[in-house]
Amino acid sequence: MTTTPAQLDKVVIRFAGDSGDGMQLTGDRFTSDTAALGNDLSTLPNFPAEIRAPQGTLPGVSSFQLHFADHDVLTPGDSPDVLVAMNPAALKANLADVPRGATIIVNTDEFSKRNLSKVGYTVSPLEDGSLESWQVKPVALTSITVEALAEFDGLTRKEKERAKNMFALGLLSWMFSRTTAGTEAFLKSKFADQPEILAANLAALYAGLHYGETTEEFAVRYEVAPAAMPPGTYRNITGNTALAYGFIAASHRSGLPLVLGSYPITPASDILHVLSSQKRHNVMTLQAEDEIAGIGMALGAAFGGALGLTTTSGPGVALKSETIGLAVSLELPLVIVDVQRGGPSTGLPTKTEQSDLLQAMFGRNGESPVPIVAPQSPADCFDIALEAVRMATVYRTPVFVLSDGYLANGSEPWRIPAVSELPDIPVDFTTEPNAQDDDGNAVFHPYLRDSETLARPWAVPGTPGLEHRIGGIEKANLTGNISYDPDNHDLMVRLRAEKVAGIEVPDLEVDDPSGSADVLVLGWGSTYGPIAAATRETRSLGMRVARAHLRHLNPFPANLGEVLRAYPRVVVPEMNTGQLALLLRAAYLVDIQSVTQVRGLPFTTAELVQALTTAVDAGRPSVSATNGATR
Amino acid sequence: MTSTPQSIDLGMPRSGLADVPGLAADATKQTKKDFTSDQEVRWCPGCGDYAVLAAVQGFLPDLGLRRENIVFVSGIGCSSRFPYYLDTYGMHSIHGRAPSIATGLATSRPDLSVWVVTGDGDALSIGGNHLIHALRRNVNITILLFNNKIYGLTKGQYSPTSDPGTITKSSPAGSIDTPFNPVSLALGAEASFVARTMDSDRAHLTEVLRQAAEHRGAAFVEIYQNCPIFNDGAFQLIKDRDSQAARLVRLVDGEPVTAGLEDSRQVLVREPNGSVVFVPEAEASGRPVVVHDAADPNPTAAFALSRLDDGTMTHVPMGVFRNIDRPTYDDLVRDQVRSAVDGAGRPADDASLDALLRGSDTWTVT
Repeated sequence: MTTTPAQLDKVVIRFAGDSGDGMQLTGDRFTSDTAALGNDLSTLPNFPAEIRAPQGTLPGVSSFQLHFADHDVLTPGDSPDVLVAMNPAALKANLADVPRGATIIVNTDEFSKRNLSKVGYTVSPLEDGSLESWQVKPVALTSITVEALAEFDGLTRKEKERAKNMFALGLLSWMFSRTTAGTEAFLKSKFADQPEILAANLAALYAGLHYGETTEEFAVRYEVAPAAMPPGTYRNITGNTALAYGFIAASHRSGLPLVLGSYPITPASDILHVLSSQKRHNVMTLQAEDEIAGIGMALGAAFGGALGLTTTSGPGVALKSETIGLAVSLELPLVIVDVQRGGPSTGLPTKTEQSDLLQAMFGRNGESPVPIVAPQSPADCFDIALEAVRMATVYRTPVFVLSDGYLANGSEPWRIPAVSELPDIPVDFTTEPNAQDDDGNAVFHPYLRDSETLARPWAVPGTPGLEHRIGGIEKANLTGNISYDPDNHDLMVRLRAEKVAGIEVPDLEVDDPSGSADVLVLGWGSTYGPIAAATRETRSLGMRVARAHLRHLNPFPANLGEVLRAYPRVVVPEMNTGQLALLLRAAYLVDIQSVTQVRGLPFTTAELVQALTTAVDAGRPSVSATNGATR
Repeated sequence: MTSTPQSIDLGMPRSGLADVPGLAADATKQTKKDFTSDQEVRWCPGCGDYAVLAAVQGFLPDLGLRRENIVFVSGIGCSSRFPYYLDTYGMHSIHGRAPSIATGLATSRPDLSVWVVTGDGDALSIGGNHLIHALRRNVNITILLFNNKIYGLTKGQYSPTSDPGTITKSSPAGSIDTPFNPVSLALGAEASFVARTMDSDRAHLTEVLRQAAEHRGAAFVEIYQNCPIFNDGAFQLIKDRDSQAARLVRLVDGEPVTAGLEDSRQVLVREPNGSVVFVPEAEASGRPVVVHDAADPNPTAAFALSRLDDGTMTHVPMGVFRNIDRPTYDDLVRDQVRSAVDGAGRPADDASLDALLRGSDTWTVT
């Protein structure tokens, strides 16, 4: 049967199944084939912390959501237009997110009495009419896959069943007019040494495609036209990979060898994985015995003149705090990446949150200022890595990069820059004495600062004549000798603070088409997409909303206070309970409307539209007493 | 900068200093003064640290290295002030973490001779984890552990090497902790070089330091050091000329293990059950005498020697317990990077980085 594709401008698909069903891989492949068609897209993987929770249970459900469109995509989408549910648990865990009228493809083979009872269904939802408001497409995914692979004598039934995710991918590829060339190439490389498994996966993929074409269950197929994007060569990239590549690029542009000291932790480990596979770019990765040793190794390498990097998540930052303080005192370049997750303590390891801002800002003993930057999207992770290295090397300071679980695992198309056009990161090691002692002899003062940046000289071991000792004990200004002098400590504390406060940071740009918006919405980090999407929607409803996003959180852009005071109301959405709002109120004495949630998931566009509407309404004198009192 | 050429593989272990630039052949001989910084030394009068500092300052010129290629990294504690007094590069870091900092430095800079100065509290309490991992990895660093069996800088609490029952401010009823034997611990972590020496024996200290510096890999040296303020006389039994003779067991590679002098000489023999025991020399004939072999790849015999001191100082072995050749962590890390670069056929450049960024799955928008 031939169908003419219907045109859609955007689609949100969620693949959901058991942890072992290969949903992340299915989602990745669909994403890649979608990117190749020129759609803009955004993804949200969502998986349990357990490696393999008991099969068929709610805690074991893993999902991957993809939003693609013919225009620029800012979020992974609030709610799926299509849910693929590989078992009853996946249906139950995700149904609340699926709007009525949307399509649900279910694998009927898994709706056995046993599987239903595992998640508390007494009657199958496929039979009791409870799904009447949705377009349910029942497909015996497992048995059709096994049947399609009947000729593969060398495979067990279990092995055949495992190919059902490729069948589902084939079916969805047909539904949304995706090509499967990329997936075929991927399978050929993945199973190069297992020809029978390769053939079986390809057969399952084709079976899915043909099933869509031949069965009458799927009368409609869809097309989403390519998005209009700036010219260039694109690839899809996750935040963690973009960070890793950004640091390799920074190492290349600065001429400093990259040394990563790291201890595995979710959701940061992929940075360690990617960098450990890039030794070819002079990258050393040292997997340490603990978080403290990870940063110690990075700091030791920085003392020796390398680009020192450590990667972790919130609990790891807590352990590294003392060493970060040492780096503040030593005034050596160092980059600390915190891929934030739900806290406190172990919290929600695989879920996202922005709740380490105050830890990064203040989580050390003594007056210990550290610059902080935060990427706003997966692709921006690349640029933020270069920016962090610039700040660290120019100002000789540890720098925090605050990413989060959503950016780390989420992906989007990235216009690949030419390496030769990346910002230069010049590094000058000190090689000559910079002062004279009382007798007129040339000497080296390790704490004689640059008059503009207040950075101290970086003289690395191996440089003759500049032998010096540094440490975490307070040092005398200029000479770096141990000093307990009260006035000297006061001076050094203030110099370190002044240095960080004086770091050159670009002005905050405000997106305000009306020029006189009623509300400014200000965000930081991964809320960029949902905030921008919500802003777009409120404007289309006629509201005047200005939008700005902070990539620099310490120091703030110089014009931030001015921007905040220019608007009658400022809304700050955060995935914490108001950490940036606290800093803004303290620094600028302005009122902030803090909009927060800590559900382990990004904001939906809808909830931010709601918050912005409330803020806009609050400024309207005509709001009636009857409907203005509840919010 | 002159650099020592890569050593030629003659099947001999490479020196720990093989990649560290030495002084030119015609350079002026260095002296102790060259390694003495302008900082006033501030240990308590009579502290054993003075003797160790003097020995190190006196011994460093013998290595013939350029001063700028030597780095001392320390943690926190009395001993950790050490780097300030040496005119080399140095870092006085934070409590217990010096081995990890030294690991990052030594791995990224093969041209440096990296030393860690630490104490019994710094290395065995708060930094125990980093110590054992540096030793098992066999990072090319030299660790000097000053053991005075007490916390000095915090004014006299018991340490992880304090004898059971030690009365201190924090153990008024006596310490109930079972102490570590640092040498046993290092051997348990499979350290490739393990030695013990003493602050007051300058010649022995210097000889051990020389071997430690030349060892390629992690060299662990426990230095018995007297704290005259909080634990004075802790090692008196083996320092006193009269009592030390019977107690000190001077380990000499290739020689039988003995204690005592002349008529009261005892010889270490192996019992049928594998344990070792000292017997009077006269009774040793015909029994399997233990001959010290520091290069034995099996650490069992060295461990047995470390257990000769049961805490009473009846028999205290001194010298090099173990000195074996095994691959070092930092060499292996650098080898992997080098072979990845070599395998790529050309050095990393703009083009190779462009290729990395592009990956395999791209599309073009025109």
